[in-house]
Amino acid sequence: GCLRQQTWKIHFILLFSRQGKLRLQKWYTTLPDKEKKKIIREIVQIILSRNQKTSSFVDWKDLKLVYKRYASLYFCCAIEDQDNELLTLEVVHRYVELLDRYFGNVCELDIIFNFEKAYFILDEFIIGGEVQETSKRSAVKAIEDSDMLQETVEEYMNKPAF
Amino acid sequence: MPAPIRLRELIRTIRTARTQAEEREMIQKECAAIRSSFREEDNTYRCRNVAKLLYMHMLGYPAHFGQLECLKLIASQKFTDKRIGYLGAMLLLDERQDVHLLMTNCIKNDLNHSTQYVQGLALCTLGCMGSSEMCRDLAGEVEKLLKTSNSYLRKKAALCAVHVIRKVPELMEMFLPATKNFDLLSNTRFVLGPVLQNWGGGRNSTLIRHLSSSQLVPQLVRILKNLIMSGYSPEHDVSGISDPFLQVRILRLLRILGRNDDDSSEAMNDILAQVATNTETSKNVGNAILYETVLTIMDIKSESGLRVLAINILGRFLLNNDKNIRYVALTSLLKTVQTDHNAVQRHRSTIVDCLKDLDVSIKRRAMELSFALVNGNNVRGMMKELLYFLDSCEPEFKADCASGIFLAAEKYAPSKRWHIDTIMRVLTTAGSYVRDDAVPNLIQLITNSVEMHAYTVQRLYKAILGDYSQQPLVQVASWCIGEYGDLLVSGQCEEEEPIQVTEDEVLDILESVLISNMSASVTRGYALTAIMKLSTRFTCTVNRIKKVVSIYGSSIDVELQQRAVEYNALFKKYDHMSDITPVIPTAPTSKPASAGGELLDLLGDLNLTGEQAASLQSLHSQSCRSAAFLFSTGIPSITAYNKNGLKIDFTFERSNTNPSVTVITIQASNSTELDMTDFVFQAAVPKTFQLQLLSPSSSVIPAFNSGTITQVIKVLNPQKQQLRMRIKLTYNHKGSAMQDLAEVNNFPPQSWQ
Repeated sequence: GCLRQQTWKIHFILLFSRQGKLRLQKWYTTLPDKEKKKIIREIVQIILSRNQKTSSFVDWKDLKLVYKRYASLYFCCAIEDQDNELLTLEVVHRYVELLDRYFGNVCELDIIFNFEKAYFILDEFIIGGEVQETSKRSAVKAIEDSDMLQETVEEYMNKPAF
Repeated sequence: MPAPIRLRELIRTIRTARTQAEEREMIQKECAAIRSSFREEDNTYRCRNVAKLLYMHMLGYPAHFGQLECLKLIASQKFTDKRIGYLGAMLLLDERQDVHLLMTNCIKNDLNHSTQYVQGLALCTLGCMGSSEMCRDLAGEVEKLLKTSNSYLRKKAALCAVHVIRKVPELMEMFLPATKNFDLLSNTRFVLGPVLQNWGGGRNSTLIRHLSSSQLVPQLVRILKNLIMSGYSPEHDVSGISDPFLQVRILRLLRILGRNDDDSSEAMNDILAQVATNTETSKNVGNAILYETVLTIMDIKSESGLRVLAINILGRFLLNNDKNIRYVALTSLLKTVQTDHNAVQRHRSTIVDCLKDLDVSIKRRAMELSFALVNGNNVRGMMKELLYFLDSCEPEFKADCASGIFLAAEKYAPSKRWHIDTIMRVLTTAGSYVRDDAVPNLIQLITNSVEMHAYTVQRLYKAILGDYSQQPLVQVASWCIGEYGDLLVSGQCEEEEPIQVTEDEVLDILESVLISNMSASVTRGYALTAIMKLSTRFTCTVNRIKKVVSIYGSSIDVELQQRAVEYNALFKKYDHMSDITPVIPTAPTSKPASAGGELLDLLGDLNLTGEQAASLQSLHSQSCRSAAFLFSTGIPSITAYNKNGLKIDFTFERSNTNPSVTVITIQASNSTELDMTDFVFQAAVPKTFQLQLLSPSSSVIPAFNSGTITQVIKVLNPQKQQLRMRIKLTYNHKGSAMQDLAEVNNFPPQSWQ
């Protein structure tokens, strides 16, 4: 077989509601803003039109979409053709668990009103499309410690910081 | 100036908007406020404003005017500012904007910051969106951090390094020394994987040599083993499985190392078998690891036993209730079906069951896999399933399925009858989805199945009788009817009960196709040509045919018009079937047209001409003598045969309209004292010629030279080659059946030059 550079990185992650409203977008590849918007529209439409009986995987262009719904939020990861879809489901699940640990019984409203925290948590879990930290405790602790840092610097500002 | 509205308050407000217009108005108002705040260079609330801007950006509104503000936040000393600033940079900036380069210095400073969380922000940002220029500038800093004792930072630095190398592959050399410091044994949680897996894939030789994989593989095997056996570690555990992410990472590393290396593959054989057999499969996570193990086994130089184990795991996956697991199984089996064909064959029935799955992606994979598994032994059973699938599947599959069935049938058809039946089934089931290029192929196939012609044309006729909307079906049917219409009306079918069809009924259906709105232009062409060809096969309806053809001489459709005009001209020139056989419409087939003049091999089946002679019963047999278009040119006659009292003379005439045509009139006489009865004359010519035998004047040659049988042969000799002919004579004489073969070689040059 031919030796091509094999990557297993995630290309992008999207979170959106059942009405198709975007709640988070993380891109690990470079694309123009217009293109990103087009992709989001397309993918949201594809996934929202899937019924219960179908698998969690969709072939899309040269990538694969792995998606799962948690309560009212859809989590969607785009992975490469040779990547492991079942493991990606576990990646998504781990992210949800981290959110849950941090927010305590996380729901969509938490993600809406604290979207920046959702990003921070994701960035402690995944860098450049690859999992960086496999300990649940460590990832959440890093966020909480960072939050503390924020507090001390803000000094007399009211919580939340902004 | 009051403080700008807080982020969460803004979010709350925007969410109360009842219409898109209301929301837009709120956004515009807030954007205006933010813009003026930016203009005033307000440091205190910049963070808050950018955060709000990021929220509005997520809703789809433009936020580019905040790009520079992000840079200012990154440069700030406050951690809150940096946090939002870097987030903003990752969301609003990318390497396509020159502005992003301004970040480089800030990032450099932050990579050396005293607070690890600041360093972390910098590493994360660089690792997500760093451009090639930034990576080049900052690679040294990243490399330094790879060597730090702080494991929090080392992990981030490793992934940042991966990104740097992806962007600037030449920099890999720079990072190689740092890999020596990775202590795999003491830091089992260390994220070595992505670094090596990225480097290993494309340029493995450098790295592998550098790391001396003879040590690395055993080390990895040991780590994996420990991981599997180790006790419960709640932080890393997922449903009872220890750190599945790390397990998979190690498996991927092993995959790269073992890929083209026999020794490494052997060293990992046992651990792979162990993982494959011992992993708990009740939850998705266990199956995820099993799946990765299977992928690894299939990619390295594993021994056959291990490969079979892997395929059997996939086979078990196929039976799993979880459709996700069935899905990945089919995907993998599809990739491996060529190399491990026999092992996959064992799971054929399970795969075929997946054709009935509700998930479209699973169905597609099951279909592709099914086609890959068809062979000479299972073709009947498999085709049955696939034809049933073709019947019931979604339209998006039908074209591919039809093509697949045609291919498989051509390769493995157990009999011609089965082959034709299968084609018929596809044409009638999915007739409108069949690809255009399939039509000429099918025609060729049918042509070659000589003994099935009557059966085929009958079935095709019946198929379009009720419904002539499926274009490919109608095209094939039209062609066949045009070609074998004589078999159709003469009720010659052996394979099934022959139907009673009249010439008029056949023309009815062809004319319906011509008129129908549903018929594509190409289809009409087929129909018209078929009608034309029938003028030589049918006896009672030639006038009707001529009328139809002349009507289309003024058709709006240019193609049809041209055809009709040409055919009309041919009709006018020749009272009956023309010398020039009509060409098969449009699609090029490798077999040339055959209508009233099969190419005959000199050694070929002479019976064919006999049949042709019978089928060409022309109403105008008299006209062969009154061939007004022919001019005699004084070519000497020859005696072609003279034996046992039977003499056959040839006289020649050349057509003045077509120099390639020679008309031979034979005269058979009988000098014996008894009549020769049931006389049949047959002739064969070399491949480059075409021959047409018209009806004889009678079948009895009276005795004592008191009368002759005359018969006309038309020979087409486009290449002006020397005329040769083989003749076969059969007759009854003096109570016995006589037969003789002879060659005629004494044609005068004027007859063919």
